[in-house]
Amino acid sequence: MDLTPHLPALQVIVPMLSAPLVLLLKPRGLAWAGATAASVLSFAIALNMALIVVDGGRLHYDMGGWAAPYGIELSVGAFSALVLLIVTGAAAAAMIAARPSIDRQIEAGRQPLFYSAWLLALAGLAGIAVSADAFNIFVFMEISSLASYILIAGGPDRRALPAVFKYLIMGTIGATFYLIGVGLVYMMTGTLNLADMEARIVNVTDINPILVAAGFITIGLALKAAVFPLHVWLPNAYTHAPHMVTVFLAACATKVAIYVLIRFDFFVFQANLENHSLQFSLFLMPLALMGILVASAVAMFEGHIKRLLAMSSVAQIGYIILGASFITEAGLTAAAAHMFNHALAKGGLFLAIAGLACHYRDLRLDQLAGAARSMPWTAAALVICGFSLIGVPGTAGFISKWLLIDAAMDEGGLAWLLVAIIIISSLMALAYIWRIVETLYFRPAVEEPAPGEAPLQLLLVTWLVALANIFFGLFPQFPLALASAAAQLLMRHTL
Amino acid sequence: MSADNAIVLALCVPLLTAVGIQLAGRISDNLREAVTLTGAAALAWVVWGMLPALFAGARPEFTVGELLPGIGIAFTVEPLGMLFAALASGLWIINSVYSIGYMRGNKEKHQTRFYTCFALALSATIGIAFAGNLLTLFLCYELLTLSTYPLVAHKGDEATIRSARVYLGILLCTSIGLLLPAILWTYHVAGHGDFTAGGILEGHIAGADVGLLLALFVFGIGKAAVMPVHRWLPAAMVAPTPVSALLHAVAVVKAGVFSVTKVIVYIFGVDFLFATPSSGWLVYAAAFTIIAASLVALRQQNLKRLLAYSTIAQLSYVVMAAAVLKPLAEIGAAVHMVAHAFGKITLFFAAGAIYTAAKKTELGQLRGIGRRMPWTMAAFTIGALSMIGVPPTAGFVSKWYILAGAFEANNLLAIFTIIASTALNAIYFLPIVFAAWFYNEQPGGTPHGEAPPLVVIALCTTALLTLGFFFFNGPVIELENQLVEGMLP
Repeated sequence: MDLTPHLPALQVIVPMLSAPLVLLLKPRGLAWAGATAASVLSFAIALNMALIVVDGGRLHYDMGGWAAPYGIELSVGAFSALVLLIVTGAAAAAMIAARPSIDRQIEAGRQPLFYSAWLLALAGLAGIAVSADAFNIFVFMEISSLASYILIAGGPDRRALPAVFKYLIMGTIGATFYLIGVGLVYMMTGTLNLADMEARIVNVTDINPILVAAGFITIGLALKAAVFPLHVWLPNAYTHAPHMVTVFLAACATKVAIYVLIRFDFFVFQANLENHSLQFSLFLMPLALMGILVASAVAMFEGHIKRLLAMSSVAQIGYIILGASFITEAGLTAAAAHMFNHALAKGGLFLAIAGLACHYRDLRLDQLAGAARSMPWTAAALVICGFSLIGVPGTAGFISKWLLIDAAMDEGGLAWLLVAIIIISSLMALAYIWRIVETLYFRPAVEEPAPGEAPLQLLLVTWLVALANIFFGLFPQFPLALASAAAQLLMRHTL
Repeated sequence: MSADNAIVLALCVPLLTAVGIQLAGRISDNLREAVTLTGAAALAWVVWGMLPALFAGARPEFTVGELLPGIGIAFTVEPLGMLFAALASGLWIINSVYSIGYMRGNKEKHQTRFYTCFALALSATIGIAFAGNLLTLFLCYELLTLSTYPLVAHKGDEATIRSARVYLGILLCTSIGLLLPAILWTYHVAGHGDFTAGGILEGHIAGADVGLLLALFVFGIGKAAVMPVHRWLPAAMVAPTPVSALLHAVAVVKAGVFSVTKVIVYIFGVDFLFATPSSGWLVYAAAFTIIAASLVALRQQNLKRLLAYSTIAQLSYVVMAAAVLKPLAEIGAAVHMVAHAFGKITLFFAAGAIYTAAKKTELGQLRGIGRRMPWTMAAFTIGALSMIGVPPTAGFVSKWYILAGAFEANNLLAIFTIIASTALNAIYFLPIVFAAWFYNEQPGGTPHGEAPPLVVIALCTTALLTLGFFFFNGPVIELENQLVEGMLP
């Protein structure tokens, strides 16, 4: 039987159906094995779809054979395939590595519940990426958000509870704004299917509700995506979550929200609203630039290694938004490529930190002094991923930064300001990564240094991701092909 | 062995040496030192083995990969890079001999880390020398900065770390803040950044932009230490002397002026720059650096800091020679890299020998030391004479070419600067030499003899090279003549 036409549906069904199944796997280790199998299978599905759509193709699936606009349509293009690769890749890598870290942080009895929530989060995030329907996106967004609240609060750190409460409130506001926007568009067009909306919005005579909807949707999704200054929920949520959850969510959660933001805007609004492109740029570009500068500056003086990297995530989200705000093919390519490369770098960094956390209970920088001497492999992987985050040539991060700067240089009078800000923020990234390097390598060790390396399972995956950072820095063809196909697709929907 | 494979070997040998040093360091110190020496010898053998092909006019190439269209990591060997690589690899052998004597004589800690980072720095240096485009150059340039940081911070106390941060901060900030935008700009307008004979920017950029781009390059390449981007060099003097000798008199600083020269010759193109008035400021900046650094050197009391300021001045000789934009001056720039390397490494070796034998670091302590350490001070004298440019030393040869180029271009400023700085060099070096030989030692000092034999052997060898280069510089001139082929006279 050829499963290829069913891949978009399987992408969601596999993790979603596995979620209740792992609940039944009480014996020690089996729940982890089940969740890992489901995550890896999801990744295989995503990779398969990416290979099919990399040439600009598209996969359609009508649930139950009911065609859109009445049935539920799933659709996977280059952009969604790229996001699916990030989501499932992060989930699979984190899951394979997770066991030693999860065993330390979550008691055995609650582990099946935890893995179940993990798979639900994965199913929700994947569902957002395959949906071609505005309301389904909302449903999957709620599934993934509720599951990630559970994941973040599931660790031993009680400080996660207020953090997750803040996340819950802000996430709910974001989702509600999105829903209000979708409702307004539905009111004016009578459809929830994105492609259909695009076709019908042309005939709408009273444009004001659509403008209001665009505002609600943009702000709601910007909240979910932690676009500066709507990022305040992010640092604490990432800092106090169980370490493996941070790996998973930091690599992909905000990127999925950015994906919806960009996709909704380009598919539905860009082609149909007068001057919308200008408003889109004028609104997002300053926020992106401020985010890049302010978050990087905060990261430079942050004392806790996880919060430092969480602040850096806010800055990196700024890069992605900045690329999108150019509304050029080059800019969108850079944005999409940076989604992929940042997921690689940040995922690798948080994996290495999960390794450090196996021996260091306190993750403030002061307490990690000299850790490279007892954990040389973990520290080296952390440095490689850190270089990728800075954008050192030869690593994945360089590719997207180069593309971003190249795209910025075409922005006419603004070009020099944009290039200067990107360069300055790279210097800031260098400063905060160097602080970590200096702490790990050159400061005298704390009184109780780690007894040895991180667990092998975790270390191997960390190194796999670190090497992937180098591999995609030297051979970026595949993600770039996806990114540029995605950009072309998006640009076809502009005026 | 084909020359293309030789590039890969030349890059890998120091890397493998670094790995070998790490492994051998766990077994025994003697084995570790043997690995260093073997690695240095192997590198010199590989690099020098490429010379015949270069003399025959070959330009070996090796492409690692193309990241994006027009943007790749690639290596090409051309005369200027060949000269730099041959110089660095040859002196690494002598410096390794010296290091062993120095590090053991001073009972330094963390010696395995020291030798490992040294090997890594050499790998980055070879990468800079053979870089085939701007991106590769930038990558290796940053690797060199990072790999030398642990060497500068070697001592590990507060003051040392502070100096090392200044070193790292200035070099990284200038390279990322200025050099990287310059490189991006070049790629953006020219579509690629390959080093091409005759330059690649002509027709893509004009007017004041040329001067601005040149400024981004010159100040972005902080390792060239053109004022005001020079503070890192005196800061780097906290490193053990072998580091100051090979890296901060040869590899790192030469990587800076080498990169500036290479950008002028292969990216802008000498004739294009000569025809563009907005690039004229560079001669003034270099001349100012020469005079100002020499004046600051006059006031130094610490021997290594004096040598550091002298290096800053001498580096700007190369920049100024390159900026005169005439064939003879370009040859002079290349020759001065070699001549200054021989002389300055000798001076640093001598400074380290004095520290090892007598623990003396200040100029005032050096009276009468020539009688206790005759070999060391003889070498020091030769090095000092070469800095001034007195025949028969290496410094005379390069000054001759730079002056000839300056006359060719009718550049009175350059001519005046060379004459004035020669006088200044004499003023701050000759009193040291005179006091060392002819004054009586201050009473109350502890008696001491020469430094360890390995140290003395090394510094005598480089002193002989300084003298020998005066007589046997033919091959270097012949090689660098290829550099200026097709250039307007």
